[in-house]
Amino acid sequence: MTGLVANVVFEPGFFANGPVQVALLAGGVVAVTSGVVGVFTVVRGQSFAGHAFSDMDTTGGSGAFLLGIGTLWGFLAVAVAAATAMELLGVERRRGRDVATGVVLGAALGLAALFLYWDTAVASTSGATTTVLFGSLFTIDGSTVPAILAFSVAVLAVAAVLYRPLLFTSVSADTARARGVPVRMVGAAFLVMMALAVALSAITVGAVLSTALLIGPAATALRLTKRPGTAMLAAASIGLLGVWSGILVAYDSSAWPGHHGWPVSFSVVAVIFVLYLAAELQSWARAGRAQAGHGRAATRSR
Amino acid sequence: MSPESALPDVVTLDRIGVWLSGRQILHDVNFSVRPGEFAGLIGSNGAGKTTILRVILGLLQPTDGQVLINGTPRPRRNRSIGYVPQKVLIDPDLPLRARDVVGLGLDGHRFGLPTPSASRRQRVNEMLEAVGAMSFADSRVGSLSGGEQQRVLIAQALIGQPELLLLDEPLANLDIASEHEIVDLLRRISTEHHVAVLLSAHDMNPLLPVMDWVVYVAAGRAASGTVDEVVRSEVLGGLYGHPITVLRVEGRILVVAGSDAEIITSAPATLERT
Repeated sequence: MTGLVANVVFEPGFFANGPVQVALLAGGVVAVTSGVVGVFTVVRGQSFAGHAFSDMDTTGGSGAFLLGIGTLWGFLAVAVAAATAMELLGVERRRGRDVATGVVLGAALGLAALFLYWDTAVASTSGATTTVLFGSLFTIDGSTVPAILAFSVAVLAVAAVLYRPLLFTSVSADTARARGVPVRMVGAAFLVMMALAVALSAITVGAVLSTALLIGPAATALRLTKRPGTAMLAAASIGLLGVWSGILVAYDSSAWPGHHGWPVSFSVVAVIFVLYLAAELQSWARAGRAQAGHGRAATRSR
Repeated sequence: MSPESALPDVVTLDRIGVWLSGRQILHDVNFSVRPGEFAGLIGSNGAGKTTILRVILGLLQPTDGQVLINGTPRPRRNRSIGYVPQKVLIDPDLPLRARDVVGLGLDGHRFGLPTPSASRRQRVNEMLEAVGAMSFADSRVGSLSGGEQQRVLIAQALIGQPELLLLDEPLANLDIASEHEIVDLLRRISTEHHVAVLLSAHDMNPLLPVMDWVVYVAAGRAASGTVDEVVRSEVLGGLYGHPITVLRVEGRILVVAGSDAEIITSAPATLERT
């Protein structure tokens, strides 16, 4: 009986499949990293920068295709270059931050247009566009897994070191600065962390969809809890659930009628979006109940 | 002589001048705040109040003059000053409870993950108690009212045991009841925790019952002393550089532009407006 259920949920061969194992490992690690960094991103109001990184990774991915190197390296190179450019152009002030992000984003997307054209026209690698934009978790080269693990661990370690200063500056940067927090340095370090987290997600769900993995689980987690540590754990778990069940759906779907096999990225993002909607509905319901309760309390206290 | 007068002033501004992008914001500002004193930094919007606070905090380097903390030049990092900034808009999504925000005042500047301990929890509770924030200690801070957030931020500033508490317009955007509560709270904290308070406000009237000292700022210049010494037509006229009339009406102080003669002829309309 158990075997039958397992066979219905997991199509035969799921766990024995090499690409599936790589996808589960790399995708899982990246989901955890994105979840943690995503909570800081949403709390600091830097979702736009996060999205800009994901768009700009298109440039890195398509450039890497041209050079014939792994897309991971293209994503990472662009992440660091873009974070530096944005920092230099003025991330300090809120408004300056969005303008700097927009300017750097525009420049990078221009290059992406050129690189993708060359990829298809000159190098005739027609799969480049789809892979770069939408990723393909099942084609990750097993040899890049150690690098993915190493970068994820590094980002998580920096997040642990900067945990308190990052939260302090998101309440009030001036208070934190007056208290001796090197606000500028912490902000710059966070920008690099975010760029790396996005680059890692770009490997799994593609450059364009990597924001979904960064912002989606974090936004969902923030609906569910009011404690920062719990929010990060929840975001990491939601990301993990999204990626793993996305892999499962993608694998199983090749056995469904039509035998086409849905893209992994679609399944991952769809699961994350559904979880977000559920959390949103639940918090609406809770707000409604709280309001009703508050009304009663107020009447009593008069 | 009281024992306090032997202690150095908690903060002294010595001939402070500030230029920002070619414009002089502060001219030769001199004043001191003594230990445990309750001082008001009074002036209209744009007079230079926030600039003065930023200079004291070390967030802004003055062009001329120097800031002394406890009688010695300001060190680069200074933990003896607590700060409550102006109009902090806390995002409702911020996953921090009131008690977390207070805790950040204790160790938010440190690197690494927080290490919960019984003594840390107790200190946070004491502070929440001191500002009357215990009843919403576990609420998400962004969901609190302006007055409640103000209390939480005061506790955050106070938990580092500062000798001087700086508050930038803490009474702005509060309803009259919360305004009274915050003023009473600050007076009580100043006495019980023996901390000097310097708070900026555009209206001095809510502070008249509690202020030991007033620093009046106008057009980047400042005059300090007791209310009776400073809030006089001649002194304020000198700061503004044009005639000013100070009127006292039923315990309230009104500062109006113009000489006595002008005020009296146009009295009803002018009084109504201020």
